[in-house]
Amino acid sequence: MEFDVVDLSRLQFAMTALYHFLFVPLTIGLSVLLATMETVYVMTGREIWKRMVKFWGTLFGINFVLGVATGLTMEFQFGMNWAYFSQFVGDVFGAPLAIEGLMAFFLEATFVGLFFFGWDKLSRRQHLAATWAVAIGTNLSALWILIANGWMQHPVGSVFNPDTMRMEVSSFYDVLFNPVAQAKFVHTVSAGYITAAMFMLGISAWYMLQGRHVRIAKRSMAIASAFGFASALSVVVLGDESGYEANLNQKMKLATIEAMWETEPAPASFNLVAWPDMKGRDNLFAIEVPFVMGLIATRSLDTVIPGIKDLVEHSKDRIVQGAIAWDALQKIRSDPKGVDEEVRNTFARNSESLGYAYLLLPFTDNPMEATADQVDAAAWSTVPNVLPMFYAFRIMVACGFFFILMTAVFFYYSSSGQLDALREKRRWLLHIAVWSIPLPWIACEMGWFVAEYGRQPWIIESMLPTAVGVSSLSVTEVLLTLAGFVALYSTLLVIEVALMIKYVRIGPDDGDPADPSSETSPRPVSGAAPVPAE
Amino acid sequence: MVLHELIDYSTLKMIWWLLLGVLLIGFAVMDGFDMGVGTLLPFIAETDIERRIVINTIGATWEGNQVWFILAGGAIFAAWPPLYAISFSGFYLAMFVVLAAMILRPVAFKYRSKRPDPSWRSAWDWALFTGSFVPALVFGVAVGNVLLGVPYKLDSDLRMTYDGSFFGLFSLFPLLCGLLSVTMLVMHGSVWLVMRASGDIARRARRTGTVAAGFGIVLFALGGYLVATGFVEGFRITSEVDPNMAANPLAKQVVVEGGAWMRNYAAHPILWLAPAIGFLGLVGTLILLQTRLEMLVFGFSKLAVFGIISTVGVSMFPFILPSSVQPEASLTVWDAASTHRTLFNMLVATAIFLPIILVYTAWVYKVLWGKVDEETIERDNHTAY
Repeated sequence: MEFDVVDLSRLQFAMTALYHFLFVPLTIGLSVLLATMETVYVMTGREIWKRMVKFWGTLFGINFVLGVATGLTMEFQFGMNWAYFSQFVGDVFGAPLAIEGLMAFFLEATFVGLFFFGWDKLSRRQHLAATWAVAIGTNLSALWILIANGWMQHPVGSVFNPDTMRMEVSSFYDVLFNPVAQAKFVHTVSAGYITAAMFMLGISAWYMLQGRHVRIAKRSMAIASAFGFASALSVVVLGDESGYEANLNQKMKLATIEAMWETEPAPASFNLVAWPDMKGRDNLFAIEVPFVMGLIATRSLDTVIPGIKDLVEHSKDRIVQGAIAWDALQKIRSDPKGVDEEVRNTFARNSESLGYAYLLLPFTDNPMEATADQVDAAAWSTVPNVLPMFYAFRIMVACGFFFILMTAVFFYYSSSGQLDALREKRRWLLHIAVWSIPLPWIACEMGWFVAEYGRQPWIIESMLPTAVGVSSLSVTEVLLTLAGFVALYSTLLVIEVALMIKYVRIGPDDGDPADPSSETSPRPVSGAAPVPAE
Repeated sequence: MVLHELIDYSTLKMIWWLLLGVLLIGFAVMDGFDMGVGTLLPFIAETDIERRIVINTIGATWEGNQVWFILAGGAIFAAWPPLYAISFSGFYLAMFVVLAAMILRPVAFKYRSKRPDPSWRSAWDWALFTGSFVPALVFGVAVGNVLLGVPYKLDSDLRMTYDGSFFGLFSLFPLLCGLLSVTMLVMHGSVWLVMRASGDIARRARRTGTVAAGFGIVLFALGGYLVATGFVEGFRITSEVDPNMAANPLAKQVVVEGGAWMRNYAAHPILWLAPAIGFLGLVGTLILLQTRLEMLVFGFSKLAVFGIISTVGVSMFPFILPSSVQPEASLTVWDAASTHRTLFNMLVATAIFLPIILVYTAWVYKVLWGKVDEETIERDNHTAY
């Protein structure tokens, strides 16, 4: 298989982003859970809650640093591998990234030091404030990153300027309040909350099965299941919101998720299981649930959802329109001052489809002279591979419903005070909780895949194809860095998981169970951390 | 809404040029002593407890300091998109080396203390060294290359291509700049250790700091000599430039000539203040390190960092990234900025958040202030790195 710079750069971006996203959801969720537990500690004065914060905080720290470390790559990779994209969008896309640093990451990174080192140097309330600063910073960070990402999916509030060859902001307000970005933010953050909740639930279940640290495990389960249940419900509801937004803005993404080749009469049916065939442009088989798709995507019974083939036909019109814009752009670029006003008007009228003309460039040097076959090939290049989209989405959704079920069950047992009964009668439930620990990560990575692979071939929806955004690098250079990142990241991941397991095995400090004051009295505790770090 | 027209486009470009300086100096001052301390770590501390003392002088605060780097990256992306695009793709492999080294740093801080095994700890010590020394060197080398001009070209669609290679970056003058950068940060880190550590470590740091300040004076003077004598050529715009123009790096004429980087000083003698402050900081640090005035010497060390970086900026103004192979495609303050609207919006965001950041950062430092020694490490054994 032969790779070019575009494929390799995409592979590197996907690999570094997916890897970064192994750590981010847990950081987002666990920071809020830590702040919640510490709030309970400050309000009740019970030492056990402080020990919980310290124990889960240790695991948070092991995870957090890798999120920070791999985040560095994300900040600079746009410039390194996607230079043309960076020059093309910096006016719009750079601002949320910079504001993320100013407003969120500084807060999170400055106070995380106090979270770990400030226990003896701050009053309880001050320390609690530091912990909340970390949690708020982390969540705001996600907000700004998703505003940037949301703009790539749905480039509002901006216009292409032929004189500067870039997208420029026309309304900063529209960029901030982009409905796609808002839907993505709440969906992603809720996914992070579930990740942390399932993580706490699973590890606590393991302690229950072992009969260790039971008091801490029970409290952790109570808080994780309540928090997780609320988040699991919201992630599904808000995921549905994402689907609705996708139907408004990224119809092709929705059609490939559903493997919907033909436009169906409304309300469309939902393909529960299918085997999409990219070459034959049809599903080899499909099990359909009537009406459901139409209801989810349009929230109505009579709105038609276009299928892949009709969307491709529509793309052909955009390509023809884009070629006119492309031609006018060449004239403007060759003589920006002297060019006829009529040419500028022609460009302005057709510029919204300029990106579609770039899709022709792999097939012809002059989009104006493209043959019908070339237009057809370019139009079909707007369809991402349907099979992985279809199944990645279903795996994610199945996980989502499973999380609702799991957290609901544990919420029931904890709120009715029956967690101890689980240890005797329903150990299989605890086993399931332990084995479910990896599932949120699978769901998160699938979600990333659906969102990002699903908008291909666009790096900015309908404006700039991914292939055009790449830097002028050699295959060797990108291969070198890709190999370097794989080697470095794999090593760090092995070390991280080993440390996590080590510290889970060591477990929290239970205090002295024989001494009732260890649970209730707010005396200052020394050596309360799980293990001394010699 | 025309709120952004409250401030002239050309004025905003100037403000953002100054802010670029503030962010880079902020990064060098704040993360600079972390990098200096990390570079010194394997050499200045012998036993495990000594190394833990050195690490814990920066352990709780390095993370916030590193955000200056992230913020500088984001702000360049937002305010100077072509600078972001061309510099990071043009220095592609060098950037990868910096990233790989910097990725090791957070992990090394956190994971080192998680196991008592000496070989485990020694490995992370070297990771910390790498994560500190390599960026310090490469950033200096990059600045040297920027002063020489970077071999990139722009076509009419503003797509960039490069003629250079990774090893081509490490020529004589850039290596000198890299050395100056390492020396400056080692000095800055030494001064930090004098303040925050005590006993043997502080004594050794006093010595490394003195040596580094001395070398710094020589290297800074040598760099200045090479530029002033025209060994390092500068760039000069020969066509009319409208400071209010829309971004377009291809609309000007540029010549390369010896002494061009000295023209600003001739035109505005007040700019000599920048190198003067650099030397003042270096000399002040050298002298005061022999006294007990620990806080004052840190002030002078910061002045040195401020002066040296400002010197680069004012020498090149209005250039921010010259091209050695297609000089007319060089990026300048006037033709490589974001739009009027974006610069204004970003200025508002910066004006609101930067002061807040400075306030809470100062508070956090105040809370965590104090000498780190064997006793404090023993006392905080469970939280310290």
